[in-house]
Amino acid sequence: MNKNTFYLLIALSAMALSACGEKAQMLGTKNDATAYSGVTNAFIEKGWQAGDKTSWERQLNARAQYGQNDHTRSP
Amino acid sequence: MARMKFICDAERCIECNGCVTACKNEHEVPWGVNRRRVVTLNDGVPGEKSISVACMHCSDAPCMAVCPVNCFYKTDEGVVLHDKDTCIGCGYCSYACPFGAPQFPSQGTFGVRGKMDKCTFCAGGPEANGSQAEFEKYGRNRLAEGKLPACAEMCSTKALLAGDGDVVADIFRNRVVKRNKGAEVWGWGTASGSSQAGQKPQAKEAKI
Repeated sequence: MNKNTFYLLIALSAMALSACGEKAQMLGTKNDATAYSGVTNAFIEKGWQAGDKTSWERQLNARAQYGQNDHTRSP
Repeated sequence: MARMKFICDAERCIECNGCVTACKNEHEVPWGVNRRRVVTLNDGVPGEKSISVACMHCSDAPCMAVCPVNCFYKTDEGVVLHDKDTCIGCGYCSYACPFGAPQFPSQGTFGVRGKMDKCTFCAGGPEANGSQAEFEKYGRNRLAEGKLPACAEMCSTKALLAGDGDVVADIFRNRVVKRNKGAEVWGWGTASGSSQAGQKPQAKEAKI
C-alpha cells in the first residue's frame, strides 16, 4: 500500500464515521424554559410583563378570579 | 405561587364535555387520544355525579417514578411534563397512573403504540415556548401566554377550576361554605397526598 492510498483510506474512513455522529443522548429533560418567560407569538395576553415572574403570577391569579370565581362578579 | 392544580366541582359538572372539546380543539389532539374526559359516578342513579378527569399533576407523581427513561420532569409550578423525544412508548406510566391520564396514539413511531401523550396543563413541553415544534408535539403553551388551561376557561358552569392551588382551593371552599354541601373532590387526596381532602366533614358526636 503506497502512501497516497493510505491517506485516501484514512480520509474515506473519517467521512464514513462522520455519518455515525448523533446528538448527545442525555436522559431526562431539565432545560425547559420557564412559563413566565412568555412567548413570541401573537397569542400572548396583554397586561403583564414577560420575564417578570411576579407580574405573570398576578396575571394568572387575576384571571382565575374574574374567569372562574363567579361569587365575585355581582357587585 | 403554590402548585398548579385542577379541581372539579361535582356539584356543578353537567357532563357537557365542553372541557374535552376545548382541549382537543386547543391542542389539535389526534383521533383516539383523549387528554381529558368526563366520568360519571353512579350513572343513571338519582344523585349521580360527574367529574372531569385528566392528569392531576400529582405532587409525588407515580408516572415519574416508574418511567424507565426518565422522560418526565416537573416545572417550578408543579406541572408534570414529559419529553416526547426521550419517551419510548413503553406504557409503564399508563399502568402507574391512578387517573388513566397517559394516552397512546394508535399509530406512531413504534407502530402499534406511539409516544405517550397527556395533559400538559396547557404548558407545552421542553421545546421553545410557543414554537411550532412545541405545538406539534404538545399543543399550545397557554401558561406562557398568560392564560389558564383552556378546559377550565371554557367550562360553562365553572365546575372545572384550574390555576394556583391556593386560589382555586379558595374559590372552591367559598362555594362549599355558601351552599353548605358538595365538599368532595375526587382524586385530590390521591394527587396531592392529603388524607383530609375529599372526606366528608366529621359527624359531631352525639351528646348523651
